[in-house]
Amino acid sequence: MNRAKIRQHVAFSLLGAVTLLIVAPILLVILYVIINGAGTISWEFLTAAPRQGMKAGGIFPAIVGTVLLVIGTMLFSLPLGVLAAIYLVEYASDDLLTRMVKLSVVNLSGIPSIVYGLFGFTLFVLLLHLGTSILAGSLTLAIMSLPVIITASKEALESVPFTYREISLSLGASRWQTVRYCVLPYAIPGVLTGTVLSLSRAAGETAPILFTVAAFYLPRLPHSVFDQAMALPYHLYVISTQVPNIPIEISFATALVLVALVFLMNLVSIILRAHYRKKRLW
Amino acid sequence: MPRKISEFIIELSIKLSGYVVVVFVFLVFLFLLRDSLSLFRHYPVGDFLFGTEWLPISDPPKFGVVPLLLGSIYVTVWAILICVPLGVGSAMFISEVAPRPLKHVLKSLVEILASIPSVVLGFLGIIWLGPVLRNGFGLATGMCGLTGSLLLAFMALPTIISISEDALVGVPRTYREAAFGLGATRWQTLWRIILPSASSGILAAVMLGVGRVVGETMVVMMVTGNAPVIPGSILKPLRTLTATIAGEMGETVGGSEHYFALFAVGLVLFAITFSINFIADLFLRKARK
Repeated sequence: MNRAKIRQHVAFSLLGAVTLLIVAPILLVILYVIINGAGTISWEFLTAAPRQGMKAGGIFPAIVGTVLLVIGTMLFSLPLGVLAAIYLVEYASDDLLTRMVKLSVVNLSGIPSIVYGLFGFTLFVLLLHLGTSILAGSLTLAIMSLPVIITASKEALESVPFTYREISLSLGASRWQTVRYCVLPYAIPGVLTGTVLSLSRAAGETAPILFTVAAFYLPRLPHSVFDQAMALPYHLYVISTQVPNIPIEISFATALVLVALVFLMNLVSIILRAHYRKKRLW
Repeated sequence: MPRKISEFIIELSIKLSGYVVVVFVFLVFLFLLRDSLSLFRHYPVGDFLFGTEWLPISDPPKFGVVPLLLGSIYVTVWAILICVPLGVGSAMFISEVAPRPLKHVLKSLVEILASIPSVVLGFLGIIWLGPVLRNGFGLATGMCGLTGSLLLAFMALPTIISISEDALVGVPRTYREAAFGLGATRWQTLWRIILPSASSGILAAVMLGVGRVVGETMVVMMVTGNAPVIPGSILKPLRTLTATIAGEMGETVGGSEHYFALFAVGLVLFAITFSINFIADLFLRKARK
Protein backbone atom coordinates (compact mmCIF):
# COMPACT_ATOMS: atom_id res chain seq x y z
CA MET A 1 0.00 0.00 0.00
CA ASN A 2 1.30 3.42 -0.86
CA ARG A 3 1.06 6.41 1.44
CA ALA A 4 -2.08 7.91 -0.04
CA LYS A 5 -3.88 4.60 0.43
CA ILE A 6 -2.78 4.34 4.05
CA ARG A 7 -3.87 7.89 4.70
CA GLN A 8 -7.26 7.12 3.18
CA HIS A 9 -7.60 4.05 5.35
CA VAL A 10 -6.83 6.03 8.51
CA ALA A 11 -9.15 8.89 7.55
CA PHE A 12 -12.09 6.64 6.72
CA SER A 13 -11.63 4.69 9.96
CA LEU A 14 -11.68 7.95 11.89
CA LEU A 15 -14.87 9.05 10.16
CA GLY A 16 -16.38 5.66 10.99
CA ALA A 17 -15.38 6.06 14.63
CA VAL A 18 -16.98 9.52 14.76
CA THR A 19 -20.19 8.10 13.31
CA LEU A 20 -20.17 5.30 15.86
CA LEU A 21 -19.69 7.88 18.61
CA ILE A 22 -22.96 9.48 17.51
CA VAL A 23 -24.97 6.38 16.74
CA ALA A 24 -24.15 4.48 19.93
CA PRO A 25 -25.70 7.09 22.28
CA ILE A 26 -28.87 7.17 20.16
CA LEU A 27 -29.36 3.44 20.66
CA LEU A 28 -28.31 3.70 24.32
CA VAL A 29 -30.85 6.42 25.06
CA ILE A 30 -33.66 4.41 23.53
CA LEU A 31 -32.66 1.17 25.23
CA TYR A 32 -32.25 2.97 28.56
CA VAL A 33 -35.79 4.37 28.36
CA ILE A 34 -37.27 1.04 27.27
CA ILE A 35 -35.48 -1.05 29.91
CA ASN A 36 -36.36 1.29 32.77
CA GLY A 37 -39.86 2.12 31.63
CA ALA A 38 -41.30 -1.09 30.23
CA GLY A 39 -41.77 -2.76 33.62
CA THR A 40 -44.17 -0.09 34.86
CA ILE A 41 -46.36 0.02 31.79
CA SER A 42 -49.59 -1.80 32.37
CA TRP A 43 -53.15 -1.53 31.16
CA GLU A 44 -53.95 0.46 34.28
CA PHE A 45 -51.05 2.86 33.71
CA LEU A 46 -52.29 3.62 30.21
CA THR A 47 -55.99 3.91 31.01
CA ALA A 48 -56.26 5.34 34.53
CA ALA A 49 -56.02 8.90 35.79
CA PRO A 50 -53.14 9.88 38.08
CA ARG A 51 -53.82 9.53 41.80
CA GLN A 52 -52.23 10.71 45.07
CA GLY A 53 -50.69 13.83 43.55
CA MET A 54 -49.37 11.90 40.52
CA LYS A 55 -47.46 9.43 42.72
CA ALA A 56 -49.73 6.57 41.63
CA GLY A 57 -52.29 5.69 39.00
CA GLY A 58 -51.87 6.22 35.28
CA ILE A 59 -51.41 8.87 32.64
CA PHE A 60 -54.59 8.48 30.60
CA PRO A 61 -55.60 12.18 30.68
CA ALA A 62 -52.13 13.17 29.45
CA ILE A 63 -52.32 10.70 26.55
CA VAL A 64 -55.77 11.95 25.58
CA GLY A 65 -54.60 15.56 25.87
CA THR A 66 -51.66 14.98 23.55
CA VAL A 67 -53.80 13.10 21.00
CA LEU A 68 -56.38 15.92 21.01
CA LEU A 69 -53.64 18.51 20.57
CA VAL A 70 -52.18 16.61 17.63
CA ILE A 71 -55.60 16.34 15.95
CA GLY A 72 -56.31 20.02 16.59
CA THR A 73 -52.92 21.00 15.23
CA MET A 74 -53.51 18.98 12.07
CA LEU A 75 -56.96 20.50 11.47
CA PHE A 76 -55.48 23.99 11.40
CA SER A 77 -52.04 23.48 9.91
CA LEU A 78 -52.67 20.92 7.15
CA PRO A 79 -55.13 22.94 4.99
CA LEU A 80 -53.28 26.20 5.56
CA GLY A 81 -49.88 24.64 4.87
CA VAL A 82 -50.97 22.83 1.70
CA LEU A 83 -52.74 25.90 0.31
CA ALA A 84 -49.70 28.06 1.02
CA ALA A 85 -47.48 25.51 -0.75
CA ILE A 86 -49.86 25.45 -3.74
CA TYR A 87 -49.62 29.21 -3.84
CA LEU A 88 -45.83 29.14 -3.83
CA VAL A 89 -45.45 26.42 -6.45
CA GLU A 90 -48.41 26.91 -8.78
CA TYR A 91 -49.53 30.52 -8.52
CA ALA A 92 -46.81 32.81 -7.25
CA SER A 93 -44.89 34.88 -9.73
CA ASP A 94 -41.31 35.77 -8.93
CA ASP A 95 -41.93 39.12 -7.29
CA LEU A 96 -41.15 40.83 -4.02
CA LEU A 97 -44.25 39.45 -2.29
CA THR A 98 -43.36 35.87 -3.14
CA ARG A 99 -39.86 36.36 -1.90
CA MET A 100 -41.31 37.70 1.35
CA VAL A 101 -43.51 34.63 1.70
CA LYS A 102 -40.52 32.34 1.15
CA LEU A 103 -38.38 34.27 3.61
CA SER A 104 -41.21 34.14 6.14
CA VAL A 105 -41.41 30.35 5.87
CA VAL A 106 -37.67 30.18 6.61
CA ASN A 107 -37.97 32.52 9.55
CA LEU A 108 -41.06 30.87 10.93
CA SER A 109 -39.10 27.62 11.09
CA GLY A 110 -36.34 29.35 13.04
CA ILE A 111 -38.47 30.95 15.74
CA PRO A 112 -37.76 29.24 19.09
CA SER A 113 -40.63 27.17 20.44
CA ILE A 114 -40.80 29.21 23.64
CA VAL A 115 -41.36 32.38 21.59
CA TYR A 116 -44.31 30.60 19.96
CA GLY A 117 -45.49 29.98 23.49
CA LEU A 118 -45.38 33.71 24.29
CA PHE A 119 -47.04 34.55 21.00
CA GLY A 120 -49.81 31.98 21.44
CA PHE A 121 -50.38 33.25 24.95
CA THR A 122 -50.80 36.90 23.87
CA LEU A 123 -52.79 36.26 20.70
CA PHE A 124 -54.97 33.24 21.47
CA VAL A 125 -55.21 33.11 25.25
CA LEU A 126 -55.48 36.84 25.96
CA LEU A 127 -56.43 38.79 22.84
CA LEU A 128 -58.91 36.29 21.38
CA HIS A 129 -60.15 35.29 24.87
CA LEU A 130 -59.72 31.57 24.25
CA GLY A 131 -58.16 31.14 27.69
CA THR A 132 -55.70 28.36 28.48
CA SER A 133 -57.40 25.79 26.31
CA ILE A 134 -56.93 22.95 23.86
CA LEU A 135 -57.98 25.35 21.11
CA ALA A 136 -55.31 27.91 22.01
CA GLY A 137 -52.66 25.20 22.31
CA SER A 138 -53.59 23.60 18.99
CA LEU A 139 -53.48 26.94 17.19
CA THR A 140 -50.06 27.71 18.68
CA LEU A 141 -48.68 24.31 17.70
CA ALA A 142 -50.29 24.66 14.25
CA ILE A 143 -48.39 27.87 13.49
CA MET A 144 -45.21 26.22 14.70
CA SER A 145 -45.82 23.20 12.43
CA LEU A 146 -46.62 25.30 9.34
CA PRO A 147 -43.08 25.72 7.96
CA VAL A 148 -42.38 21.98 7.91
CA ILE A 149 -45.70 21.20 6.23
CA ILE A 150 -45.22 23.98 3.68
CA THR A 151 -41.67 22.90 2.85
CA ALA A 152 -42.64 19.22 2.50
CA SER A 153 -45.73 20.03 0.40
CA LYS A 154 -43.72 22.38 -1.75
CA GLU A 155 -41.18 19.67 -2.51
CA ALA A 156 -43.96 17.19 -3.23
CA LEU A 157 -45.68 19.58 -5.66
CA GLU A 158 -42.41 20.50 -7.35
CA SER A 159 -41.56 16.83 -7.92
CA VAL A 160 -44.65 16.34 -10.11
CA PRO A 161 -43.34 16.54 -13.71
CA PHE A 162 -44.01 19.77 -15.51
CA THR A 163 -45.45 17.92 -18.51
CA TYR A 164 -48.52 16.92 -16.44
CA ARG A 165 -49.42 20.58 -16.11
CA GLU A 166 -48.69 21.37 -19.75
CA ILE A 167 -50.88 18.54 -21.01
CA SER A 168 -53.73 19.46 -18.72
CA LEU A 169 -53.58 23.14 -19.66
CA SER A 170 -53.31 22.31 -23.36
CA LEU A 171 -56.57 20.34 -23.11
CA GLY A 172 -58.30 23.49 -21.96
CA ALA A 173 -58.37 22.84 -18.21
CA SER A 174 -58.22 25.88 -15.99
CA ARG A 175 -55.33 26.47 -13.63
CA TRP A 176 -57.23 25.24 -10.58
CA GLN A 177 -58.51 22.17 -12.45
CA THR A 178 -54.94 21.37 -13.41
CA VAL A 179 -53.77 21.66 -9.83
CA ARG A 180 -56.75 19.77 -8.46
CA TYR A 181 -56.76 16.81 -10.89
CA CYS A 182 -53.28 16.58 -12.38
CA VAL A 183 -50.87 17.77 -9.70
CA LEU A 184 -52.34 17.41 -6.22
CA PRO A 185 -53.19 13.66 -6.43
CA TYR A 186 -49.56 12.85 -7.18
CA ALA A 187 -48.24 15.16 -4.48
CA ILE A 188 -50.43 13.81 -1.67
CA PRO A 189 -47.95 11.15 -0.43
CA GLY A 190 -45.22 13.74 0.05
CA VAL A 191 -47.66 16.09 1.75
CA LEU A 192 -48.82 13.37 4.14
CA THR A 193 -45.28 12.27 4.99
CA GLY A 194 -44.29 15.82 5.88
CA THR A 195 -47.47 16.41 7.84
CA VAL A 196 -47.16 13.30 9.99
CA LEU A 197 -43.51 14.14 10.65
CA SER A 198 -44.29 17.67 11.76
CA LEU A 199 -47.18 16.44 13.91
CA SER A 200 -44.86 14.00 15.65
CA ARG A 201 -42.67 16.97 16.55
CA ALA A 202 -45.71 18.88 17.80
CA ALA A 203 -46.66 15.89 19.97
CA GLY A 204 -43.30 16.04 21.73
CA GLU A 205 -43.13 19.82 22.21
CA THR A 206 -43.42 21.27 25.68
CA ALA A 207 -42.45 24.93 25.48
CA PRO A 208 -45.33 26.14 23.23
CA ILE A 209 -47.98 24.53 25.43
CA LEU A 210 -46.61 25.71 28.78
CA PHE A 211 -48.79 28.83 28.90
CA THR A 212 -51.41 28.00 26.29
CA VAL A 213 -53.00 24.72 27.30
CA ALA A 214 -51.08 22.60 29.77
CA ALA A 215 -52.67 21.74 33.08
CA PHE A 216 -50.35 20.85 35.95
CA TYR A 217 -52.63 18.25 37.44
CA LEU A 218 -56.10 17.56 36.06
CA PRO A 219 -57.08 13.97 36.73
CA ARG A 220 -60.08 13.99 34.39
CA LEU A 221 -60.65 14.27 30.68
CA PRO A 222 -61.22 17.71 29.14
CA HIS A 223 -64.89 18.58 28.60
CA SER A 224 -64.50 20.72 25.48
CA VAL A 225 -61.93 22.43 23.29
CA PHE A 226 -62.11 25.41 25.64
CA ASP A 227 -60.93 23.27 28.52
CA GLN A 228 -57.36 22.90 29.77
CA ALA A 229 -55.71 19.54 29.32
CA MET A 230 -52.74 17.56 30.54
CA ALA A 231 -50.20 16.61 27.88
CA LEU A 232 -47.53 13.91 27.90
CA PRO A 233 -44.41 16.08 27.46
CA TYR A 234 -45.54 18.63 30.03
CA HIS A 235 -46.53 15.84 32.40
CA LEU A 236 -43.05 14.33 32.13
CA TYR A 237 -41.55 17.76 32.83
CA VAL A 238 -43.79 18.23 35.86
CA ILE A 239 -43.18 14.85 37.45
CA SER A 240 -39.44 14.91 36.85
CA THR A 241 -38.73 18.45 38.06
CA GLN A 242 -41.68 20.15 39.75
CA VAL A 243 -43.04 17.59 42.17
CA PRO A 244 -40.72 15.93 44.68
CA ASN A 245 -40.77 12.22 45.50
CA ILE A 246 -42.42 10.93 42.37
CA PRO A 247 -41.33 7.31 41.88
CA ILE A 248 -38.73 7.30 39.13
CA GLU A 249 -40.45 4.36 37.39
CA ILE A 250 -43.45 6.55 36.66
CA SER A 251 -41.23 9.14 34.98
CA PHE A 252 -39.51 6.44 32.92
CA ALA A 253 -42.80 4.88 31.89
CA THR A 254 -44.18 8.29 30.89
CA ALA A 255 -41.05 8.97 28.85
CA LEU A 256 -41.42 5.59 27.19
CA VAL A 257 -45.05 6.21 26.25
CA LEU A 258 -44.13 9.61 24.80
CA VAL A 259 -41.21 8.20 22.81
CA ALA A 260 -43.35 5.28 21.60
CA LEU A 261 -46.11 7.64 20.45
CA VAL A 262 -43.66 9.81 18.53
CA PHE A 263 -41.96 6.76 16.96
CA LEU A 264 -45.30 5.32 15.95
CA MET A 265 -46.10 8.53 14.08
CA ASN A 266 -42.68 8.47 12.43
CA LEU A 267 -43.22 4.87 11.44
CA VAL A 268 -46.54 5.78 9.82
CA SER A 269 -44.77 8.48 7.84
CA ILE A 270 -42.02 6.07 6.72
CA ILE A 271 -44.56 3.42 5.66
CA LEU A 272 -46.60 6.01 3.76
CA ARG A 273 -43.49 7.13 1.94
CA ALA A 274 -42.41 3.59 1.04
CA HIS A 275 -45.94 2.60 -0.01
CA TYR A 276 -46.41 5.51 -2.38
CA ARG A 277 -42.89 5.41 -3.74
CA LYS A 278 -43.65 1.99 -5.22
CA LYS A 279 -46.69 3.36 -7.00
CA ARG A 280 -44.88 6.35 -8.41
CA LEU A 281 -45.47 6.81 -12.12
CA TRP A 282 -42.35 8.70 -13.08
CA MET B 1 -71.33 30.33 -13.76
CA PRO B 2 -70.93 28.44 -10.45
CA ARG B 3 -67.64 26.84 -11.49
CA LYS B 4 -66.03 30.20 -12.09
CA ILE B 5 -67.21 31.44 -8.71
CA SER B 6 -66.01 28.42 -6.76
CA GLU B 7 -62.69 28.57 -8.57
CA PHE B 8 -62.38 32.23 -7.72
CA ILE B 9 -63.01 31.48 -4.05
CA ILE B 10 -60.49 28.64 -3.97
CA GLU B 11 -57.79 30.61 -5.73
CA LEU B 12 -58.41 33.51 -3.38
CA SER B 13 -57.98 31.29 -0.34
CA ILE B 14 -54.79 29.85 -1.86
CA LYS B 15 -53.34 33.32 -2.21
CA LEU B 16 -54.48 34.35 1.27
CA SER B 17 -52.86 31.24 2.78
CA GLY B 18 -49.59 32.30 1.21
CA TYR B 19 -49.82 35.81 2.58
CA VAL B 20 -50.95 34.68 6.01
CA VAL B 21 -47.50 33.17 6.59
CA VAL B 22 -45.98 36.64 6.27
CA VAL B 23 -48.66 37.96 8.60
CA PHE B 24 -47.72 35.39 11.27
CA VAL B 25 -44.04 36.35 11.29
CA PHE B 26 -45.05 39.99 11.42
CA LEU B 27 -47.52 39.37 14.26
CA VAL B 28 -44.99 37.44 16.34
CA PHE B 29 -42.59 40.36 16.02
CA LEU B 30 -45.32 42.94 16.66
CA PHE B 31 -46.59 41.33 19.86
CA LEU B 32 -43.09 40.89 21.26
CA LEU B 33 -42.28 44.49 20.39
CA ARG B 34 -45.50 45.85 21.87
CA ASP B 35 -45.02 44.18 25.24
CA SER B 36 -41.30 44.96 25.29
CA LEU B 37 -42.09 48.64 24.74
CA SER B 38 -44.38 48.50 27.77
CA LEU B 39 -41.32 47.56 29.81
CA PHE B 40 -39.13 50.26 28.31
CA ARG B 41 -41.66 52.94 29.23
CA HIS B 42 -40.66 52.45 32.87
CA TYR B 43 -37.34 50.70 32.59
CA PRO B 44 -34.47 52.17 30.52
CA VAL B 45 -33.50 50.12 27.44
CA GLY B 46 -29.82 50.57 28.28
CA ASP B 47 -30.26 49.02 31.73
CA PHE B 48 -32.01 46.07 30.11
CA LEU B 49 -29.47 45.48 27.36
CA PHE B 50 -26.32 46.13 29.39
CA GLY B 51 -27.45 45.38 32.94
CA THR B 52 -25.43 42.61 34.53
CA GLU B 53 -27.98 41.56 37.12
CA TRP B 54 -31.27 39.72 36.60
CA LEU B 55 -33.17 40.15 39.87
CA PRO B 56 -36.83 40.27 38.87
CA ILE B 57 -38.37 40.01 42.32
CA SER B 58 -35.99 42.16 44.37
CA ASP B 59 -36.95 45.72 45.27
CA PRO B 60 -36.28 47.59 43.03
CA PRO B 61 -36.23 44.79 40.43
CA LYS B 62 -33.33 44.56 38.00
CA PHE B 63 -33.82 43.27 34.49
CA GLY B 64 -30.30 43.09 33.07
CA VAL B 65 -30.28 40.65 30.16
CA VAL B 66 -26.48 40.17 30.07
CA PRO B 67 -26.31 37.12 32.41
CA LEU B 68 -29.00 35.33 30.41
CA LEU B 69 -27.45 36.27 27.09
CA LEU B 70 -24.05 35.04 28.29
CA GLY B 71 -25.70 31.85 29.55
CA SER B 72 -27.14 31.24 26.09
CA ILE B 73 -23.83 32.09 24.40
CA TYR B 74 -21.77 29.82 26.69
CA VAL B 75 -24.06 26.85 26.19
CA THR B 76 -24.33 27.43 22.45
CA VAL B 77 -20.60 27.85 21.80
CA TRP B 78 -19.78 24.64 23.67
CA ALA B 79 -22.58 22.71 22.04
CA ILE B 80 -21.48 23.83 18.58
CA LEU B 81 -17.80 23.08 19.30
CA ILE B 82 -18.84 19.56 20.24
CA CYS B 83 -21.38 18.80 17.55
CA VAL B 84 -19.95 20.41 14.40
CA PRO B 85 -16.87 18.17 14.05
CA LEU B 86 -18.91 15.09 14.97
CA GLY B 87 -21.82 16.03 12.74
CA VAL B 88 -19.79 16.99 9.67
CA GLY B 89 -17.55 13.95 10.15
CA SER B 90 -20.45 11.54 10.22
CA ALA B 91 -22.12 13.34 7.30
CA MET B 92 -18.89 12.68 5.36
CA PHE B 93 -18.98 9.03 6.42
CA ILE B 94 -22.66 8.60 5.54
CA SER B 95 -22.47 10.27 2.15
CA GLU B 96 -19.04 9.12 0.92
CA VAL B 97 -17.83 6.06 2.78
CA ALA B 98 -20.70 3.92 4.05
CA PRO B 99 -22.04 1.22 1.71
CA ARG B 100 -25.65 1.65 0.66
CA PRO B 101 -27.44 -0.58 3.23
CA LEU B 102 -25.44 0.91 6.12
CA LYS B 103 -26.21 4.37 4.79
CA HIS B 104 -29.95 3.73 5.11
CA VAL B 105 -29.59 2.38 8.64
CA LEU B 106 -27.51 5.38 9.73
CA LYS B 107 -29.89 7.87 8.16
CA SER B 108 -32.89 6.28 9.89
CA LEU B 109 -31.05 6.39 13.23
CA VAL B 110 -30.38 10.10 12.77
CA GLU B 111 -34.06 10.59 11.96
CA ILE B 112 -34.94 8.73 15.15
CA LEU B 113 -32.70 11.06 17.13
CA ALA B 114 -34.45 14.06 15.56
CA SER B 115 -37.79 12.77 16.77
CA ILE B 116 -36.89 12.19 20.43
CA PRO B 117 -38.76 14.90 22.38
CA SER B 118 -36.45 17.35 24.14
CA VAL B 119 -38.20 16.85 27.46
CA VAL B 120 -37.17 13.17 27.38
CA LEU B 121 -33.52 14.12 26.88
CA GLY B 122 -33.86 16.67 29.67
CA PHE B 123 -35.19 13.96 31.96
CA LEU B 124 -32.26 11.67 31.10
CA GLY B 125 -29.93 14.61 31.73
CA ILE B 126 -31.30 14.98 35.25
CA ILE B 127 -31.19 11.36 36.29
CA TRP B 128 -28.21 10.09 34.31
CA LEU B 129 -25.89 12.52 32.50
CA GLY B 130 -25.84 15.14 35.30
CA PRO B 131 -24.76 12.70 38.03
CA VAL B 132 -22.21 11.10 35.67
CA LEU B 133 -20.59 14.48 34.94
CA ARG B 134 -20.70 15.50 38.60
CA ASN B 135 -18.74 12.42 39.59
CA GLY B 136 -16.48 12.58 36.52
CA PHE B 137 -15.44 16.22 37.00
CA GLY B 138 -15.86 16.35 40.77
CA LEU B 139 -18.43 19.15 40.55
CA ALA B 140 -20.67 20.56 43.25
CA THR B 141 -23.66 19.86 41.04
CA GLY B 142 -24.23 18.03 37.77
CA MET B 143 -26.86 20.60 36.80
CA CYS B 144 -24.52 22.94 34.94
CA GLY B 145 -23.73 24.44 31.56
CA LEU B 146 -21.76 21.44 30.32
CA THR B 147 -24.65 19.00 30.85
CA GLY B 148 -26.85 21.32 28.82
CA SER B 149 -24.21 21.76 26.09
CA LEU B 150 -23.73 18.02 25.67
CA LEU B 151 -27.46 17.37 25.36
CA LEU B 152 -27.92 20.33 23.01
CA ALA B 153 -25.02 19.12 20.87
CA PHE B 154 -26.75 15.75 20.67
CA MET B 155 -30.03 17.40 19.67
CA ALA B 156 -28.44 19.61 17.01
CA LEU B 157 -26.74 16.65 15.30
CA PRO B 158 -29.66 15.65 13.04
CA THR B 159 -29.90 19.20 11.64
CA ILE B 160 -26.17 19.42 11.02
CA ILE B 161 -25.81 15.90 9.62
CA SER B 162 -28.74 16.03 7.21
CA ILE B 163 -27.98 19.48 5.78
CA SER B 164 -24.22 18.79 5.49
CA GLU B 165 -24.99 15.50 3.81
CA ASP B 166 -27.27 17.24 1.29
CA ALA B 167 -24.46 19.68 0.59
CA LEU B 168 -21.90 16.89 0.06
CA VAL B 169 -24.22 14.85 -2.16
CA GLY B 170 -25.06 17.99 -4.13
CA VAL B 171 -21.48 18.48 -5.36
CA PRO B 172 -21.54 17.78 -9.13
CA ARG B 173 -20.41 14.31 -10.24
CA THR B 174 -17.99 15.82 -12.71
CA TYR B 175 -15.85 17.18 -9.85
CA ARG B 176 -15.39 13.66 -8.52
CA GLU B 177 -14.77 12.19 -11.94
CA ALA B 178 -12.17 14.82 -12.75
CA ALA B 179 -10.36 14.17 -9.45
CA PHE B 180 -10.42 10.39 -9.92
CA GLY B 181 -9.26 10.86 -13.48
CA LEU B 182 -6.19 12.69 -12.21
CA GLY B 183 -5.41 9.74 -9.95
CA ALA B 184 -6.67 11.11 -6.61
CA THR B 185 -7.80 8.59 -4.00
CA ARG B 186 -11.37 8.74 -2.65
CA TRP B 187 -10.13 10.43 0.52
CA GLN B 188 -8.11 13.04 -1.38
CA THR B 189 -11.16 13.77 -3.51
CA LEU B 190 -13.40 14.06 -0.47
CA TRP B 191 -11.00 16.21 1.55
CA ARG B 192 -9.64 18.53 -1.14
CA ILE B 193 -12.45 18.70 -3.70
CA ILE B 194 -15.85 17.76 -2.29
CA LEU B 195 -15.58 19.28 1.18
CA PRO B 196 -14.45 22.73 -0.05
CA SER B 197 -17.11 22.72 -2.77
CA ALA B 198 -19.78 21.95 -0.18
CA SER B 199 -18.56 24.58 2.26
CA SER B 200 -21.51 26.98 1.79
CA GLY B 201 -23.98 24.22 2.53
CA ILE B 202 -21.99 23.08 5.54
CA LEU B 203 -21.82 26.63 6.88
CA ALA B 204 -25.60 26.82 6.48
CA ALA B 205 -25.86 23.57 8.43
CA VAL B 206 -23.77 25.04 11.22
CA MET B 207 -25.87 28.22 11.32
CA LEU B 208 -29.11 26.25 11.45
CA GLY B 209 -27.57 24.12 14.20
CA VAL B 210 -26.77 27.30 16.14
CA GLY B 211 -30.36 28.48 15.68
CA ARG B 212 -31.66 25.17 16.95
CA VAL B 213 -29.41 25.27 20.03
CA VAL B 214 -30.13 28.91 20.93
CA GLY B 215 -33.87 28.33 20.73
CA GLU B 216 -34.05 25.06 22.63
CA THR B 217 -35.89 25.48 25.90
CA MET B 218 -36.80 22.38 27.86
CA VAL B 219 -33.41 20.70 28.03
CA VAL B 220 -31.62 23.81 29.27
CA MET B 221 -34.37 24.62 31.72
CA MET B 222 -34.18 21.13 33.20
CA VAL B 223 -30.43 20.54 33.39
CA THR B 224 -28.45 23.81 33.55
CA GLY B 225 -29.19 24.62 37.18
CA ASN B 226 -31.31 27.75 36.70
CA ALA B 227 -28.86 30.29 38.06
CA PRO B 228 -29.43 33.69 36.39
CA VAL B 229 -25.90 34.96 37.10
CA ILE B 230 -22.98 35.66 34.79
CA PRO B 231 -21.50 32.17 34.41
CA GLY B 232 -17.91 31.82 35.66
CA SER B 233 -17.32 28.71 33.62
CA ILE B 234 -19.21 26.11 31.64
CA LEU B 235 -18.98 23.81 34.68
CA LYS B 236 -21.12 26.20 36.77
CA PRO B 237 -24.91 26.45 36.86
CA LEU B 238 -26.27 29.11 34.50
CA ARG B 239 -29.49 30.10 32.78
CA THR B 240 -30.34 30.83 29.16
CA LEU B 241 -32.76 33.31 27.59
CA THR B 242 -35.23 30.54 26.73
CA ALA B 243 -35.19 28.92 30.16
CA THR B 244 -35.83 32.29 31.82
CA ILE B 245 -39.03 32.84 29.84
CA ALA B 246 -40.26 29.30 30.37
CA GLY B 247 -39.37 29.23 34.04
CA GLU B 248 -40.62 32.64 35.15
CA MET B 249 -43.66 33.27 32.96
CA GLY B 250 -45.88 31.16 35.20
CA GLU B 251 -44.91 33.15 38.29
CA THR B 252 -45.48 36.66 36.95
CA VAL B 253 -48.56 38.79 37.25
CA GLY B 254 -49.99 39.76 33.85
CA GLY B 255 -49.12 43.39 33.05
CA SER B 256 -46.34 43.68 35.62
CA GLU B 257 -42.84 44.91 34.77
CA HIS B 258 -41.52 41.39 35.21
CA TYR B 259 -44.11 40.06 32.73
CA PHE B 260 -43.11 42.63 30.10
CA ALA B 261 -39.43 41.99 30.79
CA LEU B 262 -39.92 38.36 29.73
CA PHE B 263 -41.35 39.55 26.41
CA ALA B 264 -38.29 41.76 26.00
CA VAL B 265 -36.17 38.65 26.53
CA GLY B 266 -38.32 36.97 23.88
CA LEU B 267 -37.65 39.88 21.53
CA VAL B 268 -33.89 39.48 22.01
CA LEU B 269 -34.26 35.78 21.26
CA PHE B 270 -36.36 36.49 18.17
CA ALA B 271 -33.77 38.98 16.89
CA ILE B 272 -30.95 36.45 17.37
CA THR B 273 -32.68 33.51 15.68
CA PHE B 274 -34.06 35.74 12.91
CA SER B 275 -30.55 36.92 11.97
CA ILE B 276 -29.09 33.41 12.22
CA ASN B 277 -31.74 31.98 9.91
CA PHE B 278 -31.35 34.86 7.52
CA ILE B 279 -27.61 34.19 7.25
CA ALA B 280 -28.18 30.44 6.93
CA ASP B 281 -30.62 31.09 4.10
CA LEU B 282 -28.03 33.22 2.30
CA PHE B 283 -25.48 30.39 2.56
CA LEU B 284 -28.05 27.85 1.36
CA ARG B 285 -28.91 29.98 -1.64
CA LYS B 286 -25.23 30.33 -2.46
CA ALA B 287 -24.81 26.57 -2.11
CA ARG B 288 -27.65 25.88 -4.54
CA LYS B 289 -25.94 27.93 -7.21
